[in-house]
Amino acid sequence: MIRTVMPRPGLSLTVFVLWAVITNAASLGQLVLGVVLAIVIPLLTRSFWPDPPRLVRPWRALRFMGVFALDIVTANWRVGRQVIGPLHRLSPAFVEVPLDLRDPFIATLLGSIVSLTPGTVSLHVDQQRWVLLVHALDAPDPQALVDEIKERYERALKEMFAC
Amino acid sequence: MSAASEFLISALIVLGALFVLLGSIGLARLPDFLMRLHGPTKATTMGVGSVLLASAVFFSTTDPVGISLHELAPLFFLFITAPITAYLLGKAAMHRKSAARPAKPPAAPPRVSTNRQQGTADDG
Repeated sequence: MIRTVMPRPGLSLTVFVLWAVITNAASLGQLVLGVVLAIVIPLLTRSFWPDPPRLVRPWRALRFMGVFALDIVTANWRVGRQVIGPLHRLSPAFVEVPLDLRDPFIATLLGSIVSLTPGTVSLHVDQQRWVLLVHALDAPDPQALVDEIKERYERALKEMFAC
Repeated sequence: MSAASEFLISALIVLGALFVLLGSIGLARLPDFLMRLHGPTKATTMGVGSVLLASAVFFSTTDPVGISLHELAPLFFLFITAPITAYLLGKAAMHRKSAARPAKPPAAPPRVSTNRQQGTADDG
C-alpha cells in the first residue's frame, strides 16, 4: 500500500530532509510542501531510477562517511603540497582497479567517492570486465593505490549494501 | 557572537580560501588536462566545504532562531554533482586524445587541447 504512494521511501526521505534543510524548516506550511514534494518527485522520476540494493548496515555507512571525510582532508593536504611543489616529481598514471562488486549503482557510488578524494578521478566503469579506470595525479606505486581503493572503499561499500 | 566562534569562522574561511587558491594554482600549473582536472575537485570538496561550514557556524551563532543547516544542501548537491563533471570532462579528454592521435603531426603543440577546455574545467 505505502509502496504505491512512495515507491522509494529512501528517496522520499532524502527529498523531505533536503527541503526542510533548505528552508530551515521555518514553518508548518514549508513542511507540508516538503511532504508533497517527497511524494511527487519520486513518483515522477520513477522510471529513471535503477534498482539500487538496500542499505543493510546504516551505522557502518555513518562510520564510513566519517572515514571518507577524514580521507578528503588528508588527501587535500597532500595534493595541495604536491601542486605547489616541484611538478616533475609527480608520476601521473592511469590505474585499472578490478572490482569485486557487480552492481552498477554501487560502482557509480565507488566512482564518485574516488573522484571526490583529491588526487584521483575515476574515468570509466567497464561493466563487461568490471574494472574501474582511475587517473591518479601521483601514483608511483599503482598497485598500492589499487589496494587502497579496494580496502578502504570497495570493501566498506560491499559491507554496507551486502552485495 | 562570542570571540571563540569568530575565530572559528575566520579560520574556516581562510582555510577554505586557501584550498580554492591551491586548486586554482593546480589548474594553472599542472602540465596536462587530466592532471589539471585534479585541481578543481579539491577546490569543491575542501574549499567550498570549509566556507559553507563557516557560514553555518555564523548563522547558527547570530540568528536567534537556532542552528542553521541549510548550508548542508549546497554541500550535498556539490558532492553528488562534482564527480559527474569530472567524469564527463575526463571522458571527453580521453576521446579527444584517442581521436586526435592518428591525424596529429609529430610537431603539434602539445597544449592546444588542454588550454581550450580550461574554462569548463573550472566548474568541476
